[in-house]
Amino acid sequence: MRFDRRKDLLGLRDITREEIEVILGTAIPMKDIIRRDVKKVPALRGKGVITVFYENSTRTRTSFELAGKYLSADTSNLAVSTSSVQKGESLKDTIKTIEMMGPDVLVMRHSCSGAPHYVARNTTMRVINAGDGINEHPTQALLDMYSIRERKGTLEGLKVAIVGDILHSRVARSNIFGLSKFGCELRVIGPSTLIPPGIDKLGVKAYANLESGLKGVDVINVLRIQKERQHGALFPSIDEYRELYMIRPEHLALAADDAIVLHPGPMNRGIEISTELAESPRCIVNEQVSNGVAVRMAILYLMLGGGRDEIAG
Amino acid sequence: MKLLVKGGRVIDPGNNIDEICDVLIINSKIAAIGRDLPITGDEDVVDAGGKIVCPGFIDIHAHFRDPGYEYKEDIITGSKAAAVGGFTTVCCMPNTDPVIHNGPVASYVRRKGEEAGLVNVLPIGSITRNLEGEELSEMAELAEAGCIAFSDDGNPVMRSDVMRHALEYAGMLNLPIFSHCEDLNLSRDGQMHEGYYSTLYGLQGIPAEAEEIMTARDVELASLTGARLHVCHVSTRGALHIIEEAKSSGAHVTCEVTPHHLTLTDEAVGSYDTDTKVNPPLRSEDHVNALVKAVSSGLIDCIATDHAPHNVESKDCEYAKASFGISGIETAVPVIMDRLVHTGLLDIVEMVRLFTLGPSRVLGLCLGTLTPESKADITIIDPDAIGRVDPAAFHSKGKNTPFKGMELRGWPWMTISGGKIVAREGRLV
Repeated sequence: MRFDRRKDLLGLRDITREEIEVILGTAIPMKDIIRRDVKKVPALRGKGVITVFYENSTRTRTSFELAGKYLSADTSNLAVSTSSVQKGESLKDTIKTIEMMGPDVLVMRHSCSGAPHYVARNTTMRVINAGDGINEHPTQALLDMYSIRERKGTLEGLKVAIVGDILHSRVARSNIFGLSKFGCELRVIGPSTLIPPGIDKLGVKAYANLESGLKGVDVINVLRIQKERQHGALFPSIDEYRELYMIRPEHLALAADDAIVLHPGPMNRGIEISTELAESPRCIVNEQVSNGVAVRMAILYLMLGGGRDEIAG
Repeated sequence: MKLLVKGGRVIDPGNNIDEICDVLIINSKIAAIGRDLPITGDEDVVDAGGKIVCPGFIDIHAHFRDPGYEYKEDIITGSKAAAVGGFTTVCCMPNTDPVIHNGPVASYVRRKGEEAGLVNVLPIGSITRNLEGEELSEMAELAEAGCIAFSDDGNPVMRSDVMRHALEYAGMLNLPIFSHCEDLNLSRDGQMHEGYYSTLYGLQGIPAEAEEIMTARDVELASLTGARLHVCHVSTRGALHIIEEAKSSGAHVTCEVTPHHLTLTDEAVGSYDTDTKVNPPLRSEDHVNALVKAVSSGLIDCIATDHAPHNVESKDCEYAKASFGISGIETAVPVIMDRLVHTGLLDIVEMVRLFTLGPSRVLGLCLGTLTPESKADITIIDPDAIGRVDPAAFHSKGKNTPFKGMELRGWPWMTISGGKIVAREGRLV
């Protein structure tokens, strides 16, 4: 498998298009497994997967846990808030302790950008980045790409707009790195205070105006406004944000025919996305959740080197 | 006691000397410089053929962490590192515990430096009490105890009124203020230079303007007060413009750059190696090019290391949690030699000036020359020595360097401090 050459999955910045295609391709049969009556194949029997989340995220963690379980891996979680981390143990020591317990894959979320890279250098376990600071969230972007491709048939050349707090969004960054490898035309839309510097050098066009940014796009990826990050004076109020950037059904008229709307969840309904749009068939937020499990199954499977036969019917 | 340094290329910018000749030292002082000085038999002779013989190098910006943070560095290990790195005079920043904000702490630093007996250790007093940026330190007492400048390096003075009064008061004592120019409101939470690479690597950025705004403020205050302002570790093109203008308008402004800001860019942060984390941050290529140009054009007064040693625990961790700083006193000379001198970007004579006469003038001291009767502080460089940077072999307790593993050409060969050979080819004597 292609992952024989890659120990870790830390981000989409340094991954090839071919590797992404292998992951997305492997996720297709994985999705079939989720739909079965008996959702279990023996592919990763005897393999250990541990999740360690230094930031809370029940849904991503559960998605990884189920992905492991459907493939018969043994999954467990280190509850950081009750562990020795609270007693001042260093990240390096915590990871070494986990490594000595024998799991094969470490799934980690951390509030510091680059923390999984640091950990990956210091452990023999394979490391999957489940979100690091404002840097990357590769499995979210991969499930977004899977979902887009499933609906649109291809990623090639699509116009994709990402709306919201781009500056602090690891989801935006991973999507940009991933989609740009497929020749997508990328736009980011948000208040100028939330657009990172030098984004144009990544081949991304920035828009402060929602309507002009949405013109003709095939995909709208709406980001969650993280109220906890707005300690500075980045935008005046949630009310004003809603006025300027909340996506409503009428916005779809500006986009291409059959444009779809994604959201990494959890949604702030009535802030970045209206309830009407969230519940419309054009919004594929629920499909994204299922696809997330399938994509994570594919990644675990590829990393732990299961045989092809074991996932066939 | 006599020591004769024979046959080296003597570069002494203060006396306009650049020729192959000999230097005679008698009783810890320079006795004579000249061609073919006779060997009389009662002296030790150093064959400096193929080497470059300079006045002892001065580092006007280092952190020896003593008192208080001896687990990062102390004055003994710092002095050893300085000697091996080719320096004979080091100015120590006051962000210690206790802060160098009164006479006894300053005296302690001086005394311990003398006990170490390797290099001149000169304390810099703090501008404000406890580096809190509110009340002025007892500057006259600090000056009396041997402080040669004042600085709140690491904790920039945010209040403009406090900085104004500090400049006025220091001006009365005719001592410079060494300013770490940073607007903390703009740099808050920043981990690296703000720009393309901070966006690419997903780290909070520190805009160049955080430095430039405070440089502009301090330059204005220097003009207002007529006092001496020295701008520490200049790292941006904009700050250079501000300083250039201030100098041409006659303000008493000097500045320094560090070897790492001259040779590394923000691209180096990509591996999240915490040894690249430093304040001011490694800047983008356009800023680095502007610094290199400024250093060769004479706008920069001196090269300083901002030697900032840290214990392993402060660096072996997540990027955002790591301390800022580079342990640089043992790599400054080879980095500048290899990356600037051997590449033709900086003339060797100019380099020597930046490490000797330049810093001496910033301080207003009679150091940095080989003038007869002056203290025999001499740095000898082997311009062709090739070596790999090995932090494990550092004499400093701080092993935190982004230059680790790099092969560099042009290393300090011998350090003579007060007429005594204190270091030779990377080893203490």
